[in-house]
Amino acid sequence: MNKLVKLFTIFISAITLTLASISSSFAKVEGEYIVLGSAISLTGKYSSNGVHTQNGYNMAVERINKMGGVNVGGKSYKFEIIYYDDESNPKRAAQLAERLIKQDGVHYMLGPYSSGLTKAIAPVTEKYKIPMVEANGASRSLFTKGYKYLFAVLSPANQYLEVAIDLAVEKNGGKPVKIAQAFEQDAFSQDVRLGILDAAKRTGSEIIIDDKLPKELNDMAATLAKVKAVKPDVLVVSGHTKGALTAIRQISEMKVDVPMLAMTHCDAAKLSKQHGKKSEYALCASQWHKNLSYKDKFFGSGKKYDKDFKKEFGYAPPYQSAESSAALLVFKDAFERANSFDRDKVRDALKTTEMQTFYGNIKFGPGGQNVAKPMILFQVRCKGDTCENKVVAPTKWASDKFYHPIPKWSERS
Amino acid sequence: MDLLIFQAPILMVQASLDGILLGILFALIAYGMALQWGVMNIINIAQGDLVILGGYIAYTMYLMGIHPAWGVIVSPIIMYFVGWALYKLVINKVVDRDLFISILATFGIAIVFQQLMNFVFGADVVVAQSEYGTTMLFDNSVTLPNSKIFAAFISVLYAIGLVIYMKKSRLGRAIRATAQNARAAKILGVDTEKVYAATFGINAALCGVAGALISITLTLHPYVGLPYTVRSFMIVIVAGLGNLPAVAISGMGLGLFEEFADYILGTEFRIGAVFMLLVFILVYRRFKLSKKREYLK
Repeated sequence: MNKLVKLFTIFISAITLTLASISSSFAKVEGEYIVLGSAISLTGKYSSNGVHTQNGYNMAVERINKMGGVNVGGKSYKFEIIYYDDESNPKRAAQLAERLIKQDGVHYMLGPYSSGLTKAIAPVTEKYKIPMVEANGASRSLFTKGYKYLFAVLSPANQYLEVAIDLAVEKNGGKPVKIAQAFEQDAFSQDVRLGILDAAKRTGSEIIIDDKLPKELNDMAATLAKVKAVKPDVLVVSGHTKGALTAIRQISEMKVDVPMLAMTHCDAAKLSKQHGKKSEYALCASQWHKNLSYKDKFFGSGKKYDKDFKKEFGYAPPYQSAESSAALLVFKDAFERANSFDRDKVRDALKTTEMQTFYGNIKFGPGGQNVAKPMILFQVRCKGDTCENKVVAPTKWASDKFYHPIPKWSERS
Repeated sequence: MDLLIFQAPILMVQASLDGILLGILFALIAYGMALQWGVMNIINIAQGDLVILGGYIAYTMYLMGIHPAWGVIVSPIIMYFVGWALYKLVINKVVDRDLFISILATFGIAIVFQQLMNFVFGADVVVAQSEYGTTMLFDNSVTLPNSKIFAAFISVLYAIGLVIYMKKSRLGRAIRATAQNARAAKILGVDTEKVYAATFGINAALCGVAGALISITLTLHPYVGLPYTVRSFMIVIVAGLGNLPAVAISGMGLGLFEEFADYILGTEFRIGAVFMLLVFILVYRRFKLSKKREYLK
């Protein structure tokens, strides 16, 4: 027995030693590789979007490496990413960020999926002064904490549906509108709500229903009954994929007639696929759409990205993948401009980023949020039984006309 | 805004019907919980996850092109065997231990089920379409999804069926005997092991029915099981064990209370209000019990 324990101890210490030697040899730049680290949700409740994020990262790494890599000091380097599964758990994500930095010696980080997890990781990267480019944390509170090493390629959450209110006012002949809104009680949705409050104030519009949905809730019948009774000009719903699917299900079942319905997460919820014609006319906020005319030399256009992504992964890229790919383009650009692997120089270079990618223009504001790219709205439109997302706002990018008002349920087949 | 329900009294009808219809569905889940809690003295934390698994069975049928409503027949059959297997694998090892161990064990089962469902069905929120349409009352001012009416109807049907089964059948009698006194039942020749397995199977089957109904009325996701566990736990706490009418009434009562709390206190306090009610009821019960005890003294 004793012998066994001894053997076991030796075995364990041998492993630890090997691991230690491996991790100490791992550093920010390994030979010709620039090593990036990311905690990502491969299991748990965010796993589908986590995988979209990872696919986006991988697609960009492969593309950049194939097209000459990153040029620093006259030498070409390749990207490599160390991933850990954070199990969709903020505590675990923070631990893994610490591990990536301290044990694996990573000096540059890519963000995780979701605002909640980004919020958990940001204090860690900030503490160790590690530049992090993130693509999936939109919560406004990420950009008001004074973080110096956090950069987000996406528009902050409060901008998601502001455009929708402007659109409603415009359709109302410039006069203020009556808004009914229902938001889940989580950081992201509440930020979207703040954006609506701002827009309402700016346009003089009145909020007549302001429901905060508990996280456990999967039934919106009460909110919708109220909406039916007070007849607002626009109904705004945000509660991740569950909120979007529940809303469409119950709006169609309860025959709630509103002239305009604005939501988030339609894309991730596969709304038009799961609900078909019932989801028609819904207006959805999106970070990106393949039809936008942004361009870059790595992915070409949005349409080309869409095609290449489909070929590689077998499904159409949601915006979560597109923005993740863009994060690597930003890193490459910053490394080349800094012409150095010094963290602070890279950070300074990130700060002065001003570029166009297939995903949109990128320029970071003082809080680290992307201020150069507007949110877009698409509307679900159906022909027969196939439904498609058509970009309707802002006008510059619109491919189709915004259909308003939504026909009454009694007139819909 | 809070008083909208008084300005438009028709909303009361809507709220009442919504609350009752949903309450009946929850009562069905709670009845399964009460049954196996009463018989085996096990609080099943995995209850909600069994419900969701049942829902995914119906959803799988929907993906295969079969109408998801058939899930209310297929799902309980599959779930019965899932429950039975769970008993043989895990529960029979904790059934005569104290309550804490069984809570831990079922908590573990819940986690395993969540991860398995996530692995097999993915982490997307999904819905199955019944296309049952809508019933409109009072000149369109009250609308009831037919899928919810269907769900309530099926729940009642299963509940009545189960009551009759418990009263008339041999196994039903054996289950009731075991619930009253397991040792005495054993001495008199009841195979309690079999009874326990069957009870757990029946509970899982009820969860299967409820899950299939949820797939067409609400949404499915591998991680939304817990709220169903909590809800049924509350209904059972209020109603007491082994008392079907009480479970039904407390289920509907909680559904109603929740809807009205939404209108009067605001949506954000809806679930909080139900928890407050639970605390109130527990305190009230203790108070009543302590009075009784004094009397006995």
